[in-house]
Amino acid sequence: MAEPSALRRLVRKPVAVVCALLLTGLALAAIVGPELLPASAALPSAQQYAPPSWQHPFGTDLVGRDLLYRVLSGLRVSLVVGLCGAAVSLVIGTAYGLIAGYVGGRTDRVMMRFVDILYSVPRLIFILVLINAFNASLQQFAAAREWRELVDYSSIVILVVSLGVIEWLTMARVVRGQVLALRSRQFVTAAQALGQSHFRILTRHLLPNLVGVVIVYLTLTIPAVIIDESFLSFLGLGIQAPQASLGSLLSDGAAAINPVRNLWWMIVFPSVVMAATLLALNFLGDALRDSLDPRARNR
Amino acid sequence: MGALILRRILSLGIVLFCVVSATFFLIRLSPGGPFDGERKLPPAIEKQLLAKYQLDGPLWQQYTAYLGDLLRGDLRLSTKYRNRSVNEILAQTLPVTFTLGAVAFVIATVAGVALGAFAAQRPGTPGDVGAMLLALLAISLPSFVIGPLAVLVFSLWLGWLPVGGWGGLSHLILPSLVLAAPYVAYIARLMRGSLLETLNQDFIRTARAKGIGETTILYRHALRVAILPVVSFLGPLAANLLTGSIVVETIFHIPGAGGFFVNSILNRDGFLLGGVVIVYCVLLVVLNLVVDLAYSLLDRRIALDG
Repeated sequence: MAEPSALRRLVRKPVAVVCALLLTGLALAAIVGPELLPASAALPSAQQYAPPSWQHPFGTDLVGRDLLYRVLSGLRVSLVVGLCGAAVSLVIGTAYGLIAGYVGGRTDRVMMRFVDILYSVPRLIFILVLINAFNASLQQFAAAREWRELVDYSSIVILVVSLGVIEWLTMARVVRGQVLALRSRQFVTAAQALGQSHFRILTRHLLPNLVGVVIVYLTLTIPAVIIDESFLSFLGLGIQAPQASLGSLLSDGAAAINPVRNLWWMIVFPSVVMAATLLALNFLGDALRDSLDPRARNR
Repeated sequence: MGALILRRILSLGIVLFCVVSATFFLIRLSPGGPFDGERKLPPAIEKQLLAKYQLDGPLWQQYTAYLGDLLRGDLRLSTKYRNRSVNEILAQTLPVTFTLGAVAFVIATVAGVALGAFAAQRPGTPGDVGAMLLALLAISLPSFVIGPLAVLVFSLWLGWLPVGGWGGLSHLILPSLVLAAPYVAYIARLMRGSLLETLNQDFIRTARAKGIGETTILYRHALRVAILPVVSFLGPLAANLLTGSIVVETIFHIPGAGGFFVNSILNRDGFLLGGVVIVYCVLLVVLNLVVDLAYSLLDRRIALDG
């Protein structure tokens, strides 16, 4: 369809509003929730695999920890990793796309060909190898300098950086396309005629015009990074116990599947929270993209 | 076309060399050895083990010896599953992974194209909106959310399908559907957008003016052009299915290569890891080549040079 009718755009807006509200609620629950629950919720107890009750609304897990607490703190970790990873990808993707689009010509072709190649490579597989190779090194490095925090969180730091490193491709493509369109506009030519430096043109004239499109793809990168992180944690290669992320909770749930005893709460609650988060982020990103850039569906 | 294939094989060699070297050095240079267990081994035994697996001596000698073995087609012994060669492990597990991947590949392309064409035929109707909503749902939810839920519903509550494992056809249904679901959705969206654009083009109007039926126009004229974006997605699709099958194999306890891949990282089993990575790379480069060739066959306007 060439032009979505104004009515359909209007209909989409409430969806965006609902998603934004849902996201705010989830984020608040993730930030405040674990603090409000009794401190004993985080600790193992004798109640192994207790079904949902008033005391434990989401039930308990293998060692009797409250699943509500686990899910909320897992959501917190997943959201933080998603935000930080997306921020890393934002920096890399924007810089790469800016340079490729602005320099143009052969440089542009080579740079974008590289992006095409990376698209068809199973990047997560190589990242898996990288993370596990570097994690131990980083821990040694941090331990030698007695950076206690970094030792504890080294796996998360590595995770965030490497996920940002693999999720920048779409951002680079979009930014480059935008820069190509902007570069031939008169205000850029004027700036060049005035003798402004390339750096100044890039940062002062091009970058501000990219903010809209960058924000849209940022909202779409966050769920992608969350999915990647959960993928790694699901395989036991991301967030390490006793810390939890939504992925490692789902992995615990999947491991608890057995025909003898039905431990449905171990799967259903993490899945629902994860699904709600991802759907809200994706719908919000899609709605934003449609209103800002209606031609770019299906990219 | 011959030159293209030759060039691709050459670049495959370069890619493989880089990947093998990177994997080897990453594993060997990072702290922790393949024989670090719960209990420290006596130095004499560890030395003997290292000698057996040719992991002693200067690093570059280990490396060149390993490359030599690889060239002879020997992927060496696994350091974790003692006395089993990597060739043997791969020969047992790869057919399983390939079967799962191939079935998911077929489901993703056929169902995706069908769903996309269905939606494009009736833009704006409830059918279209419903199909695209379903697609957005499937894209947003990764397999490790859908998978365990599907097991819960179809295996534990309804009891229709086995919980996991590998054997008959019934073991294949749930895993391949879970693996294919997001890509069905992605291809459906690609297909819908591309078909809608194609149906607005002049040659379709000409065909309509000639009085050709809508069904014939759709399948004989429009689909051939509109399917091109889908074809170019098949390369990335294969890569994604390979990655995705690691999770799906874990969920459904399928004895494929994915589980060995994860364990080889955890166990610092460098030779097994190297073997899996090599096979994945070869597979992807070959599949991408096939996709490029198929692309040029479908669209004669595209010259092959790349």
